[in-house]
Amino acid sequence: MFPKPVQQAGPAASATYQTLLPVALVLWLIPLIAVALFSVKPGADFAVGNYWGLPSYFAGWENYRAVFFESNMPRYLLNSVLITVPTVVGAVALSTMTGFALGTYRFRGNLWIFFMFVAGNFVPFQILMVPVRELTADMGLYNTFLGLILFHVAFQTGFCTLFMRNFIRALPYELIEAARVEGVAEWRIFWFVVLPLMKPAIAALSVLVFTFIWNDYFWAIVLTQGEATQPVTAGITSFNAQYRASYHLMSAGSIVAALPPVVMFFAMQRHFIAGLTLGAVK
Amino acid sequence: MVEAPAVPQEEHVPPRRGWYRRNEIAITPWLFLAPGILFFAVYVIVPIFQSFDISLYEWSGLGSVAENGEYVGLANYRDILGIGPDETMDRDFEISIRNNFWWLTLYLLAIPFGLGIALFLNQTVAGIRLYKSLFFFPFVLSQVIVGLVFSWFYLPNEGLLNAILEFFGGEGVNILGDPDTATFGIIAAGLWPQTAYCMILYLTGLNAVDPEQVEAARLDGAKGWRMLWHVILPQLKPATFIAFVVTVIGALRSFDLVAIMTNGGPFGQTNILSFWIWDVSLGEGGLKYGYASAIAVILFGIMMVFISYFIWSMWRDERAVRR
Repeated sequence: MFPKPVQQAGPAASATYQTLLPVALVLWLIPLIAVALFSVKPGADFAVGNYWGLPSYFAGWENYRAVFFESNMPRYLLNSVLITVPTVVGAVALSTMTGFALGTYRFRGNLWIFFMFVAGNFVPFQILMVPVRELTADMGLYNTFLGLILFHVAFQTGFCTLFMRNFIRALPYELIEAARVEGVAEWRIFWFVVLPLMKPAIAALSVLVFTFIWNDYFWAIVLTQGEATQPVTAGITSFNAQYRASYHLMSAGSIVAALPPVVMFFAMQRHFIAGLTLGAVK
Repeated sequence: MVEAPAVPQEEHVPPRRGWYRRNEIAITPWLFLAPGILFFAVYVIVPIFQSFDISLYEWSGLGSVAENGEYVGLANYRDILGIGPDETMDRDFEISIRNNFWWLTLYLLAIPFGLGIALFLNQTVAGIRLYKSLFFFPFVLSQVIVGLVFSWFYLPNEGLLNAILEFFGGEGVNILGDPDTATFGIIAAGLWPQTAYCMILYLTGLNAVDPEQVEAARLDGAKGWRMLWHVILPQLKPATFIAFVVTVIGALRSFDLVAIMTNGGPFGQTNILSFWIWDVSLGEGGLKYGYASAIAVILFGIMMVFISYFIWSMWRDERAVRR
């Protein structure tokens, strides 16, 4: 193990390390701690310039109640869910199929198609912006959930294919060959042999795509406008315009907007990290 | 005595199979690929070429580019790059390219920072798992939230940064309001989640480092920096490669932080190509779709250099493990 475990360096080193850990963590998260502190202060504190003293009283409940019951935030949250969940389902479904095709079969052009997905996944969004906006408008889908979902599904398929294909290649190929020798139809091999083995990959990709799409801001402002369709990342800017300089409410609103992927991360941590670090170890 | 194996009396007649069954292995992959390729082609591949086309027009986005746009050849590129007599480079392009350079260079610091934190956290004390998660979780936050959090952190009067500086007797600064520091303030905000990402890559990599090699090197008297450089880092190469890919792409693609924190200001000094493209078409710069597409093509060209390198590396690895 590297570096050497602190326990081997004696109790003094161990104690120093254990004190340093929380200090380092507080320093690392300090901008976020500041926002959390703001979100439980009453608005009156800001008026008298009490930014960094203790809150004059705990105003967490009223601030968060205002976010949930007096603003458009619940609507934006709902929009985000209605955009994110179908995208996750669509992108994962498409990429299990493309990943299976590219990971199991040898045919001309296999690697080229694979690299097309990989390269497309890296292109700057901005080169797609004008044509995709036109296309979406032509289909009558501008400012609809479906317009945004279709694009997200298509774009995420690039990354998801890379992920699924590499995962399937790491599976024991003998299983597929054995099934073929038995005369099992190819689509049944996919459904009954490969798919059950892909559960961990599907879980990992689902949480990753959920986070990517929930956090998307660029396409939200390119393809939607207004509170009926905009997800929470775009909604938070209107929210902030509405509560300009009310730092307690803006802070509470931001924390609410940021929370779903954070909860998702802590609940599905193992899958999340397995997904992000695929390929980091040979 | 050996029994003869049972042999069927009649000659084996293969069951009659349809065309699909006979060609199953050749056709199935294409059936499975079809929906994915269709989506990807319509929304990603074709739009890239359409952008190349639109970049040759002057077009305000009304109607279709063929009917309402005016074909101007390479004029958009000439205006941006300032090629030809008596022409100067678009000032915003100059600023954007300079800032893109800073973004790319400074963003790469996330790799050594991430490695540093990973080395710091690679211990087995009580509660270390929670510490690792808490160090990582800024990456899970949306860039919009990161941008807001840092904008407030930097605020001249209400921000915590100045409160801290003044507590230690320093002078207050207005990082995002000063054209000379604003871009660096935004990059610092971007480094926060990016460092977390690199950290998790390295933590995973460190977990898989071969303990026998480490012990053998220790017996040979290697420790500290020499151990890190000669024994550990070579084993972390795959993690470093991925960290490099995601950091380069992240730096060139970043849009949200600039849009949220400064909207390109003050005086356009925090522009980067990705934001500028949006600004001249959908943003305040106004409806110059052809011009925006030409900038997008230039950014695409810059990124293609890196993308080609990544693909080439992957292709080399693929050949090595070809089965």
